[in-house]
Amino acid sequence: MHRLVELAEKSSLRENPLHFEIGDTVDVHTRILEGNKERIQIFSGVVIARRGSGTREMFTVRRIVASEGVERTFPVHSPKVAEVEVKRSGRVRRAKLFYLRDRVGKATRLRERRTTPKPAAKK
Amino acid sequence: MPVGLLGRKVGMTQVYGEDGVLLPVTVVEAGPCVVLQLRTAERDGYEAVQLGFADRPRGRASRSERGHVASIGSKRQRRLADAGVEQSGRADCEPKRFVREFRTDGESVDLSVGDVLDASVFGDGSFIDVIGTSKGRGFAGVMKRHNFSGQRASHGVKRVHRHGGSIGMSADPARVFKGTRMPGHYGSAQATLRHLKVVRSDAENGVLLIRGAVPGPNGGFLVLRHTNRH
Repeated sequence: MHRLVELAEKSSLRENPLHFEIGDTVDVHTRILEGNKERIQIFSGVVIARRGSGTREMFTVRRIVASEGVERTFPVHSPKVAEVEVKRSGRVRRAKLFYLRDRVGKATRLRERRTTPKPAAKK
Repeated sequence: MPVGLLGRKVGMTQVYGEDGVLLPVTVVEAGPCVVLQLRTAERDGYEAVQLGFADRPRGRASRSERGHVASIGSKRQRRLADAGVEQSGRADCEPKRFVREFRTDGESVDLSVGDVLDASVFGDGSFIDVIGTSKGRGFAGVMKRHNFSGQRASHGVKRVHRHGGSIGMSADPARVFKGTRMPGHYGSAQATLRHLKVVRSDAENGVLLIRGAVPGPNGGFLVLRHTNRH
């Protein structure tokens, strides 16, 4: 990408990057405007995809509502996305978890990934 | 109206505006532009400011291009000086690839030859017109060039799916009217888009972010001026 395009996008990028990975169960806090009052709405589910780069980067969260699958895609850098809270980490082996769409009930569970602090780098 | 600016289209992207609205913007490298010449009513018959943008390597520039920006001591110049003809000033800069004039008839312009203009000519939120050369599409058919509908994909249509149909009547008038829309060369023509909003003006980096699209390919030269539509 042209350096001037990157420069133009820079101000629109999030200052503190969001830390979550594919397979994580997250709470996405979005700012929504009701009349002229702002409040936070939470959408929780499993991160099944992350795509794009720069200001166009998006991630998709899937959850089951009333036994119907619901997916919502958020822009990573939107100021409307206030926070992404990681509730649980899932152990997954691919970058896109579209196979979850074909699964129902217990089969949609992901094995949990225990995050252990990395051992200090040896010389 | 103050003079505008010359620039180059870099490409498009998206940025967040206030309220978190995602805006489509074109990134334009705008300036620095050097004032190469001031046209005056006495000498040229009209008043204008001539700007130059983007350097052309000296080895690739013609002698007249080099002579236009700097005194190169030609025989002609020496003879004119000897004859006592007053020489107009030179900007004393590198030869320029893209040179355009901005008419300033009857306006007082606070510029002299050699001055440099940058993106601060346009403030944040101001409205501008952008003139460029549209993307060339070569010899284009009537569907692309004139938005004709073409013909059906089936129901007996043979080999004429993208044709235009009839171009006139019969024995009377026995000719095709002038101006009838047909296939031909399309694009690579001057195109003006008016009243585009400057989302951000960054004089330090010489960058303008203009809302929406702008004529021409990435890398194409553009003329930017304050809008004349209000």
